[in-house]
Amino acid sequence: MPTLPEAVSERGADGAPLAPAVSMRGITKRFPGVVANDDVGFEAAAGEVHALLGENGAGKSTLSNILTGLYRPDEGEIHVYGERVEFHAPRDALDAGISMVHQHFRLVDRFTVAENVALGDHRREGRAFRLRSRAIERRVAELGERYGLAVDPRAHIWQLSVGEQQRVEILKALYLDARILILDEPTAVLTPQEAEVLFGTLRELAADGRTIVFISHKLHEVKAVSNRVTVLRAGRNVATVDAAEATPRSLAELMVGRGLGEGVRAAPREAGEVVLALDDVWADGDRRGAAVKGVSLQVRAGEIVAVAGVAGNGQRELAEAIAGIRPATKGSIRVAGKTPRAGDPRAAIAAGIAYVPEDRLGTGLAPSISIASNFALKSYREPPASTGPLLRLRRMRDRALELIKRYHIAAPGPQVPVRLLSGGNLQKVVLAREFSGRPKMLVAGSPTRGLDVGAIESVHAYLHEAAANGVGILLLSEDLDEILTLADRIAVIYEGQIAGETARADANVEEIGLLMAGGQDPRRD
Amino acid sequence: MVAVPAASLVFAFFASGLVLLATGHDALSSYRRLFDAAFLNRGALGDTLVSATPLAFTGLAAAAAFRMRLFNIGGEGQLYIGAITAAAAGLYFGGSGGPSAFAIAAMVVAGCAGGAAWALIPGILRAFFRTNVIITSLMLNYVAGYLLTYLIFNSQSYWRQTIGFNASVFPTSKQLPNSAIWPAATVHVHGGVALPLGAGFAVLAAGLLWVLYSRTRFGFEANVLGDSARAARYAGMRTRRKILAVMAISGAIAGLGGASQDGDFRHTLDADPNGLQRQFYGYSGIVVAALARYNPLAVLLVAFLIGGLQNAGNTLQGADFPSGLVGVIQGIILFSALGGELLVRYRIRVRRRERAGSAPAAEVT
Repeated sequence: MPTLPEAVSERGADGAPLAPAVSMRGITKRFPGVVANDDVGFEAAAGEVHALLGENGAGKSTLSNILTGLYRPDEGEIHVYGERVEFHAPRDALDAGISMVHQHFRLVDRFTVAENVALGDHRREGRAFRLRSRAIERRVAELGERYGLAVDPRAHIWQLSVGEQQRVEILKALYLDARILILDEPTAVLTPQEAEVLFGTLRELAADGRTIVFISHKLHEVKAVSNRVTVLRAGRNVATVDAAEATPRSLAELMVGRGLGEGVRAAPREAGEVVLALDDVWADGDRRGAAVKGVSLQVRAGEIVAVAGVAGNGQRELAEAIAGIRPATKGSIRVAGKTPRAGDPRAAIAAGIAYVPEDRLGTGLAPSISIASNFALKSYREPPASTGPLLRLRRMRDRALELIKRYHIAAPGPQVPVRLLSGGNLQKVVLAREFSGRPKMLVAGSPTRGLDVGAIESVHAYLHEAAANGVGILLLSEDLDEILTLADRIAVIYEGQIAGETARADANVEEIGLLMAGGQDPRRD
Repeated sequence: MVAVPAASLVFAFFASGLVLLATGHDALSSYRRLFDAAFLNRGALGDTLVSATPLAFTGLAAAAAFRMRLFNIGGEGQLYIGAITAAAAGLYFGGSGGPSAFAIAAMVVAGCAGGAAWALIPGILRAFFRTNVIITSLMLNYVAGYLLTYLIFNSQSYWRQTIGFNASVFPTSKQLPNSAIWPAATVHVHGGVALPLGAGFAVLAAGLLWVLYSRTRFGFEANVLGDSARAARYAGMRTRRKILAVMAISGAIAGLGGASQDGDFRHTLDADPNGLQRQFYGYSGIVVAALARYNPLAVLLVAFLIGGLQNAGNTLQGADFPSGLVGVIQGIILFSALGGELLVRYRIRVRRRERAGSAPAAEVT
């Protein structure tokens, strides 16, 4: 059994020095071949929002998985409110008042909010047979009111927006009376306005004496919401700094470990002829009904056009319609003056469309197939990858070695299954393959989602380079920072329709955010 | 790659030994007798090949489809249909002389075509209506079995012997003419081992299948499709065509196994309820393919070993060696091989906490 503080509320009585709410010291965790955490630690006081900042692979997730009892550290100690604890399982961490809000929600779609909250309550397990839904609903509503987490406890999860689902996750933690909340990349799925609302909630939770551990690699929000920031790099502690004194730039340099270029803003490009012309394009979603409802857009050679929008507003369906994966039910898609057969990916590829899907591993890449084969995923039909029906394996391997080198892909070799690569390297494999097909037009769906700063920089650089070489680029993204650094023109998509379009020079973040949210301010709900 | 199957075999060896001990047998001497009966005794190798050849065909058929995650478990029925069509070709084209290349070729083609056509039924249903291949192909096994019985027992079909005294007493099928009986090469070791022509076809099929899957565009597409259908669609692969083609190949190989049953071993269309239909070659072939990890060349090896085990079981069965024992051993081998696969991915962890019921038995590492 873990040792737990008997009464958490007695801390700091009689003017005794307050023990930090969480203190992780000298944590080391090794996995075969890697040291994920090497003598890492941080302290967070009650009432503090403490950010863990670092690139992907810096060791943030490992550290938070240790704090939530999922992993056991090889070395090091965890103290909660001054008492040393040892977690043998996630349940021990829950019992110690530590809850995590995962980036990918753990909710049952067909259950109501209250039911999901009850489901997360391990204390009930094996005790109560009857679900006291009324009482749970009342408590959920109460908590929601107190912390600005408005959701109808009786609503089903599938009826809720992503932002509301996140509130349910937080409510689950609060219902368990978590004193320490870990949030993993909580804003990845939110609009700027929704993120603001979340930050308000976090501040209130902290004011209430709770401790928030906020994991992110977005510098602005780390600075906006946290009191202190612990920066991790390559599994080690780099620094803990006061958020008030840090600048996004200084944080970025700590995180990356080197000076950063001032973005990769290239010289304004000459826009060429129209390479992609969408006219009143409609396409169905996976569920019943249209997901893309009459989109008209044009992309010129050498131009980057961004489609901004919160995930799930028809971006994927639009991208798939252009790439021929999903048939457009109405309207026309013209690529460099020609109309490839609708719903035929091969025709789209032949017409010069490259597509970087949001779902890298599974759509863009076949996970268990070798890197070399994944490089040949679109070119295996022609020489040099094959002659007649036969594959030329040696040529495929040589080509893979060349691309691995040219795109600086960290890979053990061309024959390993591609799924063993990290997110940034996976994306480089996709980009390398797509660019090597000499496309006229590139459609990219959230190409930097989940990547670390270093990988984001190189993805941005590759997109710029391609645009400079005359490729038209359609960028579907929900990251406004990215859109503002990359795009020449910005269109906003909401519920399958283009809600507005502007040149970057005239772009106004606040206004774009509003359009992304359907023209309504989410703070008013 | 080899360590896990090898360790699984060792485990199976010990586990089966326990079963032997528990049933009152001396484990070591039983193994010794099994091994002798499978491979070393006079004539044992030839008999093992008789058991192994059909397993190689059905194993290859399963491997071909399973590699693309098309779970065709209809090898059994495809083999029956192949036997039916090949027997028709043999009866129609065969003459009275010695083995005729033409008649044999006709049987091969007919067997492959029959099996392929039968496999295409679930294939088409899968490709165009997204039905579950496991269920449709399984159900068609029964249909094929009843069809086989019907042809000989309940109808005056082309395959049924209608002339002669015996035929009027008990329904039987026509014997294949001499020229439609497949020749066997005899290797003069250990008193002569007959290599059936079908075994040669199986080796050939395994080689072709290996080349197909590792060296051709076709195999590339099948591998991608088996790994991620979305990635295949993204790359512009023709998914439906591939499903049809792979099902046809799988069925053709099983059908060829049926033709080999006619030509090599039974020399007639065997509809006896205690004959071909009691062997369950199609189902055992799935086991063979799984143990071989769907590698066509490994299928040959596994088919040979399992064939040896079955042959030994047939030879030894009697009062002191119950016939079910070999089935038990075979089951233990499969169980430990699949269990070994699982343990590669999972780690068993014993929890010290006393609250039972909440701990997962195994966790993903």
